[in-house]
Amino acid sequence: MNRLLLLGDEAIAQAALDAGLSGMYAYPGTPSTEIMEYIQSSKDAAERKVRRDWSCNEKTAMEAALGMSYAGKRSMVAMKHVGLNVAADGFINSAMTGVNGGLIVVSADDPSMHSSQNEQDSRFYGKFASVPCFEPSNQQEAYDMIFDAFEASEKYKVPILFRITTRLAHSRANVELRDALPERKLSLPPDPLQFVLLPAIARKKYKGLLSSYESLKYDIRLSKYNSFKDGSKRELGIIACGIAYNYLMENISEETNQIPVLKISAYPFPPDLIREITSRCNEVLVLEEGAPIVEEALRGILDNGIKIFGRLDGTVPRDGELNPSIVAKALGLPVTYGEAVPSIVKMRPPSFCKGCGHADMFDSLIEAINSYGPGRVFSDIGCYTLGALPPYSAINSCVDMGASVTMAIGADDAGLFPSVAVIGDSTFTHSGMTGLLDAVVKNSKITVIISDNSTTGMTGGQQSQATGRLVQICEGIGVIMEHIRVMVPLRRNHEENVRIMKEEFDYKGVSVIIAMRECIQTASKRKKSED
Amino acid sequence: MKSDIILSGVGGQGILSIAATIGLAAVDNNLFLKQAEVHGMSQRGGDVQSHLRLSDKPVASDLIPYGKADLILSVEPMESLRYLPWLSKSGWLVTNSNPFINITDYPPLDEILSEIKKIKNHIIIDADAIAKECGSVRSGNLVILGAASPFIDMPYESLENAIRKLFGRKGEEIVEINLKALRAGRNYSNDLKI
Repeated sequence: MNRLLLLGDEAIAQAALDAGLSGMYAYPGTPSTEIMEYIQSSKDAAERKVRRDWSCNEKTAMEAALGMSYAGKRSMVAMKHVGLNVAADGFINSAMTGVNGGLIVVSADDPSMHSSQNEQDSRFYGKFASVPCFEPSNQQEAYDMIFDAFEASEKYKVPILFRITTRLAHSRANVELRDALPERKLSLPPDPLQFVLLPAIARKKYKGLLSSYESLKYDIRLSKYNSFKDGSKRELGIIACGIAYNYLMENISEETNQIPVLKISAYPFPPDLIREITSRCNEVLVLEEGAPIVEEALRGILDNGIKIFGRLDGTVPRDGELNPSIVAKALGLPVTYGEAVPSIVKMRPPSFCKGCGHADMFDSLIEAINSYGPGRVFSDIGCYTLGALPPYSAINSCVDMGASVTMAIGADDAGLFPSVAVIGDSTFTHSGMTGLLDAVVKNSKITVIISDNSTTGMTGGQQSQATGRLVQICEGIGVIMEHIRVMVPLRRNHEENVRIMKEEFDYKGVSVIIAMRECIQTASKRKKSED
Repeated sequence: MKSDIILSGVGGQGILSIAATIGLAAVDNNLFLKQAEVHGMSQRGGDVQSHLRLSDKPVASDLIPYGKADLILSVEPMESLRYLPWLSKSGWLVTNSNPFINITDYPPLDEILSEIKKIKNHIIIDADAIAKECGSVRSGNLVILGAASPFIDMPYESLENAIRKLFGRKGEEIVEINLKALRAGRNYSNDLKI
């Protein structure tokens, strides 16, 4: 038997390859990045010529994966939870079109916001789109589920949402592999109108989608991941979803436990499953990683059934990641802590690497913007967001990919001058370009600083679609050539860079400053590999 | 048998290479293993930790519960203190004595060391100096692993084999330096006669 020590992300990637994947699509985002990276470095994928290029953003990745499915082949797209917001239009409508080749949409949630701006629960999207959702509890289950997910996708002609969280994505465990399946052959959808969502067609398709969502509740490919294990106790029953099941098992022994436990790892599930446990017990504890979705469904609005404990009554904290100690407390078990953290221990937030070009860019920006007053710098998502922290404290916003450019437009409309956007190269091609076109068309008085480190830095240095193309892109969008300024953010260029910035801040139109210096991490990796 | 280990340090110090060495050795010993890592934002010079759980029975949780860790293995002294709530009363704290200072309010080193010394079972080791004697400062992490190895319930030889496998493609010289570093750390702890 072939066993590998794999991260949850890698188990998903390996399973997709073993299940005959033909195309993988993604934009980097913690904690999902390693799925694509694993497939990119796989020998098997290289030999089979599995398509595995980064996309500009999650929406383009989602749609490319749907296109591969249209052509009859198995495809997968992976993103972090907020990426699913970007891809939501394509995702929700892919449920309407349905699929041809199997299609899996992996969304990696980040409860406790280890590396994110919020902690939304992707399971909501499953229900929203009427798309089945798998939520593996461990690495092996993640591997096995991918096979069932592809099968269910093809049988019911729906995309499958595959929801994981940071802890599973970035934790390693042994995984037993199966024999690999062959790839699907190129084949067009039997119905040439399947993917044409004109209202008359869409109305019919929507009825079909709703009915298949009902049938899926009872399909073995899903139902085998929802298991009820009865015990002799009748007071408390426990419902544990996804990875919460592990934390429960850390506290009660699987062999000797007498508490009835319902494990849920696939949605939708039949209501009988819930009645199975609630009819036996007087009280039920609901454990779920993320939002209290199952708990809310159980309580409803009237909340007049049996006693329910969970995130909504404070038995489990309302927000944040679960852990075995939180679950122990919820079970009424004692938690023994080690020694307290001594008060001399200081916070150590992430910071710019020594010699980072973003840091030199901020040094110049701080000096250049100083005379105009505070509160004028809109920024974005990436390593340069660290410019919000001391000693820089140089940016005033970080909201979503591309929002720096468009928020600067709105602030300029309101009369804030100058309004400056600071955005990374990869974020710019992800979602900044369309905003820049808005600015050009209405001639906003904004300056967009593209801090170009020629990589997608925060996620570990993946290819940036912007590399080598930024000047042409900005010119093509319509920024006047003399207001596209290129600078090298180095200490020795500081005076000149401050001067250039001030000139462009004073300009009453759209200007772009490209501060271009390769990320020192990727530069040193590149030099090492060249040696 | 079970060993619950917290590895700690600062993003960029290479705690994942220690995790990989222990992980590979655990696989060789047919142990069950879960290893939760930190990727992403904190890798940019922030505090990082990894929960490493080895057992001869299946491991349920990827995370170690509070008060249950058998070992804190830290490549940085202040970071070793950040995870004390996880350390069991009988657990060991093994840490490098060399601070990594990338914040302006880093506390005085002697205060950190005196806090570490309040923990009953602790080993403070100047891994950088010992690694240098072994031939490369870069093998400091393996000195600390060697010093912690008496508290990891696995044959010492399996750690050596893991190093041979992990560093083999970098050449015999690097393997030898790393093995020497591991041994030097091991000897340091053994010489303390604990």
